[in-house]
Amino acid sequence: MNLHLVAIPLLPLAGAAINGLLGKRFPRTLVATVALAFTAASFLWAVWAAIQFADGGAAGPYIEHFATWMQIGNFQAEYGFYLDHLSMVMMLIVTGVGFLIHVYSVGYMWEEGGFYRFFCYLNLFMFFMLTLVLASNYLQLFVGWEGVGLASYLLIGFFFWRDSAAAAGKKAFIVNRIGDFTFLIGLFLLIKHFGTLDFASVFSKIGVLPTGEATGLLTAIALMLLGGACGKSAQLPLYVWLPDAMEGPTPVSALIHAATMVTAGVYMIARSHAIFDRAPMALLVVAIIGCATALFAATIGLVQHDIKRVLAYSTVSQLGYMVLACGVAAYSAALFHLMTHAFFKALLFLGAGSVIHALGGEQDMRRMGGLRKKIPWTFWSMTFATLAIAGAPPFAGFFSKDEILWRAFSSAHGSWVFWLIGLITAGLTSFYMFRLWFLTFFGDFRGAQHEEPEASGRERHASDAASAAPPGHGAHGASAAGGHGHGHDGVHESPPIMLVPLVILAILSLVGGWVGIPAVLGGGNHFEKFLAPVFEAYATAGETAPASPAEPSGPSEMSLSLAATGAALVGFLLAWWMYHRRPELHVRARQRLGELYRVLDHKYWIDEIYGAVFVRPLIGLSRAVLWRGVDAGVIDGTVNGSATAARELSDSVRHMQSGNIRSYAGWVAAGAACVLVYMIWLGMR
Amino acid sequence: MTPTAIISIVTFLPLAGGIILLALPRGAENAVRRWALFVTVLEFFAAAHIAFMPGHHFSMSGWAMEENYAWISTPAIRYHVVLDGISLWLVILTAFLTPLCVLISWRSVHDRVKEFFFLLLVLETALTGVFVAFDLFLFYFFWEATLIPMALLIGMYGHGRRIYASVKFFLYTAVASVFMLVAILWLYAHTGSFDFTVIQPWLRSHPEVAAGNAGLWLFLGFFIAFAVKVPIFPLHTWLPDAHVEAPTAGSVLLAGVLLKMGTYGLLRFCVGLFPEAARAQAGWINVLAIIGIIYGALVAMVQPSLKKLVAYSSVSHLGFVVLGIFTFTAAGTAGAVYQMLNHGVSTGALFILVGMLYERRHTFEISEFGGLASRMPVYAAFFVFITLSSIGLPLLNGFVGEFLVLSGAFRDRAIYGILGASGVIWSACYMLWMVQRVFYGENRNPANALLPDASAREKLTLWPLSAMALIMGVAPMIWLSSINPPVEQILKNVAPASHMAYVAGGQK
Repeated sequence: MNLHLVAIPLLPLAGAAINGLLGKRFPRTLVATVALAFTAASFLWAVWAAIQFADGGAAGPYIEHFATWMQIGNFQAEYGFYLDHLSMVMMLIVTGVGFLIHVYSVGYMWEEGGFYRFFCYLNLFMFFMLTLVLASNYLQLFVGWEGVGLASYLLIGFFFWRDSAAAAGKKAFIVNRIGDFTFLIGLFLLIKHFGTLDFASVFSKIGVLPTGEATGLLTAIALMLLGGACGKSAQLPLYVWLPDAMEGPTPVSALIHAATMVTAGVYMIARSHAIFDRAPMALLVVAIIGCATALFAATIGLVQHDIKRVLAYSTVSQLGYMVLACGVAAYSAALFHLMTHAFFKALLFLGAGSVIHALGGEQDMRRMGGLRKKIPWTFWSMTFATLAIAGAPPFAGFFSKDEILWRAFSSAHGSWVFWLIGLITAGLTSFYMFRLWFLTFFGDFRGAQHEEPEASGRERHASDAASAAPPGHGAHGASAAGGHGHGHDGVHESPPIMLVPLVILAILSLVGGWVGIPAVLGGGNHFEKFLAPVFEAYATAGETAPASPAEPSGPSEMSLSLAATGAALVGFLLAWWMYHRRPELHVRARQRLGELYRVLDHKYWIDEIYGAVFVRPLIGLSRAVLWRGVDAGVIDGTVNGSATAARELSDSVRHMQSGNIRSYAGWVAAGAACVLVYMIWLGMR
Repeated sequence: MTPTAIISIVTFLPLAGGIILLALPRGAENAVRRWALFVTVLEFFAAAHIAFMPGHHFSMSGWAMEENYAWISTPAIRYHVVLDGISLWLVILTAFLTPLCVLISWRSVHDRVKEFFFLLLVLETALTGVFVAFDLFLFYFFWEATLIPMALLIGMYGHGRRIYASVKFFLYTAVASVFMLVAILWLYAHTGSFDFTVIQPWLRSHPEVAAGNAGLWLFLGFFIAFAVKVPIFPLHTWLPDAHVEAPTAGSVLLAGVLLKMGTYGLLRFCVGLFPEAARAQAGWINVLAIIGIIYGALVAMVQPSLKKLVAYSSVSHLGFVVLGIFTFTAAGTAGAVYQMLNHGVSTGALFILVGMLYERRHTFEISEFGGLASRMPVYAAFFVFITLSSIGLPLLNGFVGEFLVLSGAFRDRAIYGILGASGVIWSACYMLWMVQRVFYGENRNPANALLPDASAREKLTLWPLSAMALIMGVAPMIWLSSINPPVEQILKNVAPASHMAYVAGGQK
């Protein structure tokens, strides 16, 4: 069996190269055709490979060695591809959801300048993401890891002429680099102690260690890898880049900053389960970080006005759930939620994009409302997604979130604290999502009431891009202005090319969870069984215990499930009460909350704190102390001081200062000649 | 060992071309330019084809190619030149960058054109000679010979404070070289030879010298000369001045090749001849290297001048090379050699890019720019690409070198690897912040409103560099397969076991 997995990432790379090098001269239809064709081919190849692999019935992974990347001494890094049930799920999500978002983007970006550039970056992202999930070793995973960061940087800064977009891109890259730094140290530890970065070799070497052996080392490695995951998957304390990443075009937020790239950290932890399983301390840290992030981000999401910011904090929070699941060693639950989240969060962002598109660039929910009738397709698909994320049965999110909460409670690494925080977060999630839903689609349209839009929170979309876009980038936007620069009356449903992906994702948001219905609800939990060969490999007897739940004592899975549904219902009712039934209530609530509201509204001032504690002192120190003080003052002062002293002793040197270049050049040559003659004389003696 | 004349041909071809160039009539400036381009391109093919010559031995241990003739009988100076996997690629790097230097100087140099290209060709011969010379006298000759054309290029064709920078460059490095000269003469006095292949075995067989006090002083004599050239913190302050004042071609060769003379010397002579002393002194040298990595990056971050920023980034990048050399691991050393090549490509390209901006606006001040990506999209794309190679994005060249160096350093001592690896954060900070300020945002300065995008000639210089950055990142084995054997040979001498043996021998 040869699946030629290498083609799966290389196809989108070819698309990126063609559009990047030639796309400027292409008409838009050709750019779109190239981008879609290569992504579709990649998706079909992935499906074919998945079917072949599944038919093969092999329990172990399918590994494909492509070439040697580098080899020094006994260390070797390969270009290799690794297909097992875990990477299969990821590969299908990335190519499938990725393709849908490509389709949607054709409609969404049609009127923007830099159309070819956008699809070049998007295809490039697909290449790196597939390199990441199909990697057969940590170094190649790191290639994809940094590469998706690059694509993210380029796409966040797509509207690069806006300062905020440029700053957000840079911030994303640098914050991710902090995570990459610890990730690299994790890799160095692996090289030092295991001599390889190859998944199969590392895990089998760890697998044969007796239980309890090398726990300190494995804990250190796990924590270093976790640092990387905190950067990429936007966990505390490195989550700060993700909300700002919303500066990118909305399809980018859907693909990269919700459905795929940000889940790379979760994937990486799941992939490294052999390490984490043997480092219970590290698992505890993972669970705490995930849990804290889930709650923390959800509280910020409660009060945001920008529709994309709500979704951004929601993403951070949902990623926290997945990380929590990893932390209680329930990797298949994490992957299950990763998959359903990819469906419904991508849909939420695309739906939000459709809303923004309909309103000609408006992102502030205070200027929305009553859109239910005007954009019914968008409304209904968003409704599906909202129900899914809120955890309403039988939508996808219900099953995956339920699974995580149950594992958080019942796993050997779990605790009722994790469960309770998860439950509260579920309630908050339901509240802020229905708040978004009511504010956007119900009540009266409020767009006309605010004539002075705040500059922040508006995506410069088509209509207003034309004014500020530089020549060559907004050229097309100018012609689009006529079609888009209208107010409420012009609210219009998006074209079919944008709606079809919405509908497909809406269906997936409903049925996507049915593959993992737990036994207690009459299902077969196929998803977990599907992934079981991955997560049971390399585990020792003592550590597989958490994978088999069903403790006889304590509350049953069913009652916990009911509690979660109850929390979602409370969230919904509260949102309905405050934002629909008695809309004046939320204004009063804001005043009541006073300081607390201010804290949430300012996102706990985390950005400000980081700026004051890290960024500004570092720049100040570098400028005042290192550069002006040490470099110019101490070191150069000493050098020039001694030079001056020497000059005062020497007439010839003073003569050289006359400024006559030719005479100076002569002196240099003469001096060098003297040195040579002297040298030869010394040698001859 | 293949006896062949190709090394001499490659070494002296540019000089010969330069002498012919002098014969061209004054005023025929385009002919001068074309001739210089022809010679340097020919030189590139001559050098590059060595790597692909059938029957070469670069992937095996030992000196792959050499030429060895008696030159002067008393003192016993030999014309002994050698190519192995390390020097081969440094020679090719030199030959790769020089034609690009000719291209970028096509318009920017309009006074004394003939002298300029003559100096450039002389410099190329001198640089090539440094990397192939295996007779210490010959090495010193070429070493000093690089100074003169370089100082003249800065002094005659530089910007505002060129005289100051030129004198500083010359004095700094010439003074430091004297220490090396003393060490070389000491060795000659005791061995009766300047030949590396005589001196090295002699030192092996005289452990009381190599591992004793004399060995330490000899090591330090070489080390100072090389450390200034690299430059290692705190001997680096000549570098920003020289770079800022130098013409673009000067900066490219200065950063791309001249600095590598220092790191090459450290590896070939400091470590190659005095492994015991190198090992004993590695601690503080590595500390200085790590300070260089972090300090260079932080100072680069706050530079208001684009060219100074790139210059300080060199201090940071060369810190990786020194760290790699003095951690004595296969990965670290091979990574250091690779990083030398990377730095030549990436930083050379950055200086070329900065020079293109200077040709348009006659300033290096970052605050003068902003939003250039709208006006100059192609130029901006090249710039960002090279930036990514410089900050070590995987699949581009910088990553391979940095990763190997750091994994080697970590294996030697974890803290070296950790502190060094923090460089990946700092480099992203200073480079991306600079890119943001120069290229992104709105174009607010009216002086930049009409800047032309990269011209065909400029693209012709940038394409090879970008392609090289990509190939070196994707397929490093092309280089590493011939870098590994000489690295292993050097490390064999530094192995701790032999170190212990020689220390014991020295005590008896």
